[in-house]
Amino acid sequence: MSNMLPLFQTALELGLISSLTVLALFLSYSMLNVCDLSTDGCFTLGAAVGAVVAISGHPYMSIIAAMLAGVLSGLITAVLQTCMGVDSLLAGIIMNTALYSVNIGIMGGSSLLNMNKTDTVFTKIQATLNSHNALPAGKLIVAGIAVAAVAVFLYLFLKTKIGLAIRATGNNPDMVKNSSINPVMTTIVGLCVSNSFTALSGCLLAQSQKSVNIDIGSGMVTVALASLLIGGTFIRSRRIGLRITGAVLGAFIFRLVYTVALRLNMPAYMLKLVSSVIVIIAISGPYLKSRYPELSRRLEKRKC
Amino acid sequence: MLKINDISKTFNPGTVNEKTALSHLSLSVSDGDFISIIGSNGAGKSTLFNAVAGSFLTDEGSIILDNEDITLVPEHVRARSIGRLFQDPQKGTAPDMSIEENLALAAGGGGWLSRLTKKEKSVLRERVAVLGMGLEDRMSAPVGLLSGGQRQALALLMATINPPKLLLLDEHTAALDPDTSAKVSELTDDIVSQNNLTCLMITHNMHSALLQGNRTLMMENGNIIFDISGAEREKMSVDDLLDMFRNRSGHSLDNDRMLLADN
Repeated sequence: MSNMLPLFQTALELGLISSLTVLALFLSYSMLNVCDLSTDGCFTLGAAVGAVVAISGHPYMSIIAAMLAGVLSGLITAVLQTCMGVDSLLAGIIMNTALYSVNIGIMGGSSLLNMNKTDTVFTKIQATLNSHNALPAGKLIVAGIAVAAVAVFLYLFLKTKIGLAIRATGNNPDMVKNSSINPVMTTIVGLCVSNSFTALSGCLLAQSQKSVNIDIGSGMVTVALASLLIGGTFIRSRRIGLRITGAVLGAFIFRLVYTVALRLNMPAYMLKLVSSVIVIIAISGPYLKSRYPELSRRLEKRKC
Repeated sequence: MLKINDISKTFNPGTVNEKTALSHLSLSVSDGDFISIIGSNGAGKSTLFNAVAGSFLTDEGSIILDNEDITLVPEHVRARSIGRLFQDPQKGTAPDMSIEENLALAAGGGGWLSRLTKKEKSVLRERVAVLGMGLEDRMSAPVGLLSGGQRQALALLMATINPPKLLLLDEHTAALDPDTSAKVSELTDDIVSQNNLTCLMITHNMHSALLQGNRTLMMENGNIIFDISGAEREKMSVDDLLDMFRNRSGHSLDNDRMLLADN
């Protein structure tokens, strides 16, 4: 049991950091009804920009820089699908591909950056904690603060006029136009905000593991979607506050289950297969359930 | 008030599916007019509304609303002065959002980052109470849980909460059961007369086309084939209307719902 505790702590840290991406998808996928496939590339973008700025000696600035990079990436993805006639899914895929080159460019032509000797937000906070003889939980505190800040921001944001307009855009775009609101504008704002969260998530993950490689974000959209859908099955509510809590909880449960599975000798490379299966079950489960009466009648008839 | 000058719209030009939906249509609407529009299936009634509301740009002609040329103004900007209701009650409201949130969006006002204040909430609640459907006690219920009639009444309130210069009603009671339909019609008349709105209403009910409002238009093949008002309209019966249609168009009316409707 004693060696489970650090494992649990790692799961909590990773869960908190990845829950930022889950919150990003909550905004883009659940609220705006856009499946933002640029998530993987944007996650890596945040990690790369954050790492480069941190290495240049500005650990706190790295967070702001990463989030701004995310806003820019979201802006381009949104403009592609709202103003330039590119299909929404395709816009994400194209951005993802483009970001691969951009990210390597940002990392100075290398596909790996090391931050072993770099001051990051985590080492800074840990140093402050150490000087006060506090617990060695700097990572948890930084990740916790980031998640709390983003969750509270998202909660307040979704209750503002622009937040309501974003929700309505995902729900009934015709009604948005009839309310004299431009759905192009709401989609752009929504994707800018959600991508800033994704980039923040990437930035924090890179700094917590003290390295970035170009694959850090690969499969992130599926992993985050799996967490989001897990959270949705635990907290079935229409209330925004509870749904946000559910998204964070889902990310944590996902990491916890994954950590336990690793302990039970599941190979680490299985992560992406498992997340894909979870997403498939969560999305097609309700569909198949609704089709069940029809299918069972057909089967019965065949037996006769 | 509203001047439509010689507008035309052809869909899928140059293909086998080419369809001239509006052909050199002109219409002048005075302030405070309540016009009922009837016509066969595919006569271009809804297309006319789409053109006025800006769902597409017309191929030619111009549309002037309140002395402002809106021909090239985008749909969401026109929506500031044009309220619109559709036949499908689902079209006018966002189902996963609460009654209060739907109304708040329609009402607008405040900055983008402002939130609904207590005072605004109580104002919205009073407006909903006027509908007389008990919705004021369910302000935080998602609209998706309401019945079709309740949703349409709410959509009507949303379309008129900031009184528009022009209200477009596209068979907005057709999908409702007779009782609810009568109730929503009554609400519409009340709201239109209280705010002295200028209103165009498509209907398939020839009886109400002659009774509601002050002017009746009939459309056929993307144009207006007759336009009656005043004394001429007052003494007209549904049968006269059908005769008139046959005379003007050279064939009898083929709108099933219109003929089957309880006139």
